[in-house]
Amino acid sequence: MSSEVAPIYGLILAGGASARMHRDKAALAYLGKNQLDRAYELACRHVPRVFVSVRADQVNEPTRAQHPLIVDSIAGGGPIVGIRSAFSAMPQAAWLVLACDLPFVTDAVLDHLVISRDPAQAATAYRSAHDGLPEPLCAIWEPAAAALLESYEAGGHSCPRKFLTNHRVKILEPLDKRALDNVNTPAEYTQALESLEAARPTDRMRIKVHYYALLREQAGRSEEILDTAAATPADLYAELNSRYRFSLPREQLKVAVNTEFSEWSRMLTAGDSVVFIPPVAGG
Amino acid sequence: MMFFRFHDTPFDAGAARLELLDASAGGYASFEGWVRDHNEGLAVTRLEYEAFEDLAVKEGERIVREALQRSPIKHALCLHRVGELAVGDLAVWVGVSAAHRGEAFDACRYIIDEVKHRLPIWKKEHYVDGNSGWVNCEGCAGAPRHAATHVHARDTHE
Repeated sequence: MSSEVAPIYGLILAGGASARMHRDKAALAYLGKNQLDRAYELACRHVPRVFVSVRADQVNEPTRAQHPLIVDSIAGGGPIVGIRSAFSAMPQAAWLVLACDLPFVTDAVLDHLVISRDPAQAATAYRSAHDGLPEPLCAIWEPAAAALLESYEAGGHSCPRKFLTNHRVKILEPLDKRALDNVNTPAEYTQALESLEAARPTDRMRIKVHYYALLREQAGRSEEILDTAAATPADLYAELNSRYRFSLPREQLKVAVNTEFSEWSRMLTAGDSVVFIPPVAGG
Repeated sequence: MMFFRFHDTPFDAGAARLELLDASAGGYASFEGWVRDHNEGLAVTRLEYEAFEDLAVKEGERIVREALQRSPIKHALCLHRVGELAVGDLAVWVGVSAAHRGEAFDACRYIIDEVKHRLPIWKKEHYVDGNSGWVNCEGCAGAPRHAATHVHARDTHE
């Protein structure tokens, strides 16, 4: 048996009819980004190549057309046709399949999936928090599933969830009950939007910065409180440098967080107090 | 005992020395750093010292503790000025008492060298021509740096 493990590529499912939403789900926006782009960018952070699965009549639709596409091999099929079309296009790859209408899927969800993957099974999937069955549309499908899918479809079946239930699949417990909730109706969309907007402040943190010596003079202040998206002191210095045009490059500085010397790559948390330390001259 | 303190006004080194007295100490060494009237060819009229005091005190305490662990000295203390200083003012003082002079000299040297390199303290020089500048921060941005030699080369009092 070959010891080569198939590479994982991403497949964002965006071929749905959006019947209950009464508008194209791929174009629904959360926090200023449509959910197709959001899902695409999310997947790109975890696997080397990502494609968007579309129906043949969607290839010129602008939201989809800007991404690499895999077009359904037959018309009128559900998600299982999208998955099978991806296996036909690149039989050597495993597919991280992700529906575009799962606004609560995070980096942590995909990271856990990729790390926990078992290439010896047909798939690796989360257990649904609602019905306890494997969730097929946020899962890794292995190349070995391709042939099984074909005979499954030949037998007249088309439900990917039932496919996973009837085959050897590694099941992961969900990290968060809501993580795989999908959004099908305008009411669900409104709810999801509110809940994501409410969670938004966690993206930006309140950080206190103190300035000394040359940096104090160039910033024109000795301290300030910032709401910042910077994750590390290095990001924060870059952000402040673009505002104040400090004459000192970061390489000449040290940094302290909460009154202790720190690495530049340390993860900041809300309420941290940061001091950038220019070259010293005591004594 | 506190091993490191800032003073924002002139302090009495003679009084600080009394904190180091010990019946088992046979020697005492000290270092005083004074404000010099020139640096790198420029005539200096006065200085400003500024410090990130909370971290500098922590790091200063660590340096003196290191000196106490490195060699068998009795006591050690370092005092540093912040604020405006004139030429001739006392900027920094280090005192060490020990059973023998060798340890006292070595520890004193260790403390002042580490204080210069590690403590978040900055010095702004004001020159006769009216200009001013933060030592080690200006005029050499982008130049390759070697912390130890560089700081010593620009020292105000060695």
